Amino acid sequence: MRGARSAKWVGGAIAIALAATACGGGDSGSDDKNRAIDKNGTFVYASGEPQNPLQPANTKEAYGSDVIHTLFTGLVDYTPGTGKLVNMNAESVTPSKDNKTWTVKLKPGWKFHNGEAVTAESYVKAWNWAAYTPNNQTNSSWFADIEGYTDVHPEKGKPKTDKMSGLKVKGANEFTITLTSGIPYYAYKLGYEVFSPLPSGFFKDPKGYGEKPVGNGPYKFASWDHKKSIKVTRYDGYQGPNKAKNGGVTFKNYASSEGAYKDLVSNNVDSMNQVPEGELANYQEDLGDRAINQDYSMIQTIAFARYTKQWKNIDVKVLQGLSMAIDRDTIIKTVLNNTREAATGWVAKDVIGYKAGACGEYCKFDAKKAKDLIKAGGGVPDNKVSIQYNADQPHKGWVTAVCNSIKQSTGVNCVGDPKTDFQADTQTRDAKKVKSMYRSGWVLDYPFNGNFLRDLYGTGVGGNQSGYSNKDFDKLTAKADKAQTTEQSAELYNEAEASLQNSFPSIPLWYGKLQTGASTNVTGVKFDQQAAPIFTEVQVYKK
Amino acid sequence: MGRYVARRLLQMIPVFIGTTLLIFLMVNVLPGDPVRALWGDKPPDPAQMEAIRHQRGLDLPLWQQYLHYMKNLAVGDLGTNIGGRPVGDILSQAFPVTVRLALLAFGIEMILGIALGMLAGVRRGRVVDNLILVFTLLVISVPVFVLGYIVQTVFGLQLKWTEPTVQDATDITQLILPALVLGSLSLAYVARLTRTSIAENLRADYIRTAVAKGLPKSRIMTRHLLRNSLIPVVTFLGTDIGTLMGGAVVTEGIFNVPGVGNTLYDALARREGQVIVGTVTILVLVYLAASLIVDLLYAVLDPRIRYA
Repeated sequence: MRGARSAKWVGGAIAIALAATACGGGDSGSDDKNRAIDKNGTFVYASGEPQNPLQPANTKEAYGSDVIHTLFTGLVDYTPGTGKLVNMNAESVTPSKDNKTWTVKLKPGWKFHNGEAVTAESYVKAWNWAAYTPNNQTNSSWFADIEGYTDVHPEKGKPKTDKMSGLKVKGANEFTITLTSGIPYYAYKLGYEVFSPLPSGFFKDPKGYGEKPVGNGPYKFASWDHKKSIKVTRYDGYQGPNKAKNGGVTFKNYASSEGAYKDLVSNNVDSMNQVPEGELANYQEDLGDRAINQDYSMIQTIAFARYTKQWKNIDVKVLQGLSMAIDRDTIIKTVLNNTREAATGWVAKDVIGYKAGACGEYCKFDAKKAKDLIKAGGGVPDNKVSIQYNADQPHKGWVTAVCNSIKQSTGVNCVGDPKTDFQADTQTRDAKKVKSMYRSGWVLDYPFNGNFLRDLYGTGVGGNQSGYSNKDFDKLTAKADKAQTTEQSAELYNEAEASLQNSFPSIPLWYGKLQTGASTNVTGVKFDQQAAPIFTEVQVYKK
Repeated sequence: MGRYVARRLLQMIPVFIGTTLLIFLMVNVLPGDPVRALWGDKPPDPAQMEAIRHQRGLDLPLWQQYLHYMKNLAVGDLGTNIGGRPVGDILSQAFPVTVRLALLAFGIEMILGIALGMLAGVRRGRVVDNLILVFTLLVISVPVFVLGYIVQTVFGLQLKWTEPTVQDATDITQLILPALVLGSLSLAYVARLTRTSIAENLRADYIRTAVAKGLPKSRIMTRHLLRNSLIPVVTFLGTDIGTLMGGAVVTEGIFNVPGVGNTLYDALARREGQVIVGTVTILVLVYLAASLIVDLLYAVLDPRIRYA
């Protein structure tokens, strides 16, 4: 009681002090607790026009996948912040001893928004359809672990059949997935929306269902006014644990994040994905306690184009030296407005198996040691490096700062190598024509450290664009994939990550953070590890 | 007159083919591949990429793609974007919005521009004239996007007279602010053109004659002075319709208006050739039609100009 009273006095004093200095938050803040919640209120989120029809296996960019995420609920999902797996539509997902065959049991009683029951068939059919090349789903490679994938999605030529042999329906609510080889953490992959179930009508009219999707998620589709907005409303028959706390979501189309930001400040939109670069310095002041600055599982790196003459036979000491020459903390503070966190390894935070410090001393700034290492490694060929980046996004500032840091501490000449936009940048990377080094980054697909390691640095895998290849690393990841449990596998991946110190596939720079905010109309706006809002948790105030 | 119009209309055909071909070629010169872009920063799936490319006809040689495009165009099919949405749908949604915005901007610049120009021309050398000159100079020298942001911040965020962005593009009142920004540059030019023309014609013989005849002042102003002074202004205004529609890219971006500018910007960012070619083709047609109308208007304004 006494504590409470004195706290009140302190609060009062602060309030007076704030009022006196005229920097009070104004209309938001203290009286929020007394505001009534409108259970049917709509959350308006700044978004854009999805590039593809709204089919679960066909959405790659955030605009489409945010919508899909509200409409569909798959077998499992993960807890934001820890990456822990939660069963959603699945009663259980159990691996065989060798992690090769996975038995999925569904919770009975789930229905699609059109009333059709969600069964094992709804999953198996959807996955087969999505993997089949002629259906042109951009995410079909996600099914590559399943036995028979190459029959429906061969590297060249026509597919032999349209069904994967690895998927078998065992009953109305049970099916099995057989993989080509055991993967202990396979259940984590199943959290991706690619693995959503589809109602039977979909296969007769995929295009029509892409315009008016019917899912099984917490929201049902209401309307899509192209280039203006997409609306979804709460589905009251939803059986999952994440029932919507609001009446629906409107995805409002914005041409630029600047426009969205102005509307956020003036409460025309309730939240947005990322505050535009130009407002980073002042968004906390503009939004007060409505500003959000949150971690998400992203890592920014600089990769070496190993296929170039410069790096082909390089001594790893040179690469380590270049990494040590970068003063991450200062750059984050001065150039990036404290919107990042210096990286200490190759795996982003908040995923299973994340371990700080995997990069060891090589991710710490030490100009003298950097110079020594580069000298000991025989120096940088031509004594010159460049960092390729896309100029349509705000990378120029930090690339210049990184270059200056390298120049100052080691005397190695460094310049930015801008490409007009992301398209031109990826094209150069795909064609393996990067001159020296390039900006690279990765947002998690699933919250497991292997996703940041094997999928990026394994020999010949799709995400490995730099041409990096290391036998020891490949051996270690293969061992990790043979582990019995997810935990063991994550530990073995830790070893694999630590081994990267000795081959240095890329320079870890910093972990991603999300800067955004919420309007005064809503409360409970949080973002998950992929920087997507958790729509079901948002509550809307009565107007 | 009829023959002149027919000839002008016929001239539009090679221009039309030329522009579509040029744009078609230019889009293909741009680095970046729309199909690859579907995968963003994640590794692409080569087999699927090839399949999509094949389905969209993007694996054919460029000249075949162009012929194919023109053949479809002849039956009114503008193709689809990469996501499979008909370009016709996309454009039929974007164009009305921009036409509304452009016409509003056009109205503002025409009425306000000519009025200011007349005022300045008649009162040449006086305070009003100087004020208008300074004002137009200011508008001409400030880039559109700067003006847009200033207007948006001042009226939308600080004074709260309007919303900072357009919430509903069918509501004309919400379009006034972006239209003002869009038309401001041309407004300044129209005012200056009118002023010069009026100032010049004020000393013309026919005005002196009209005054000597004792005609009422309003008649001299409208029938004699304005009509004769409008020829250069009309030329400018006519070509400006096309510019307004194309130039909406920046303004539409700032005020979030879902129009042609927005569509074009989006299509360029995603390298969607069919959408770009479709949009620009229609813009070219608007341009051609506008300049034809301008030429015909000459005859109305000045009967001495005749077309064989």
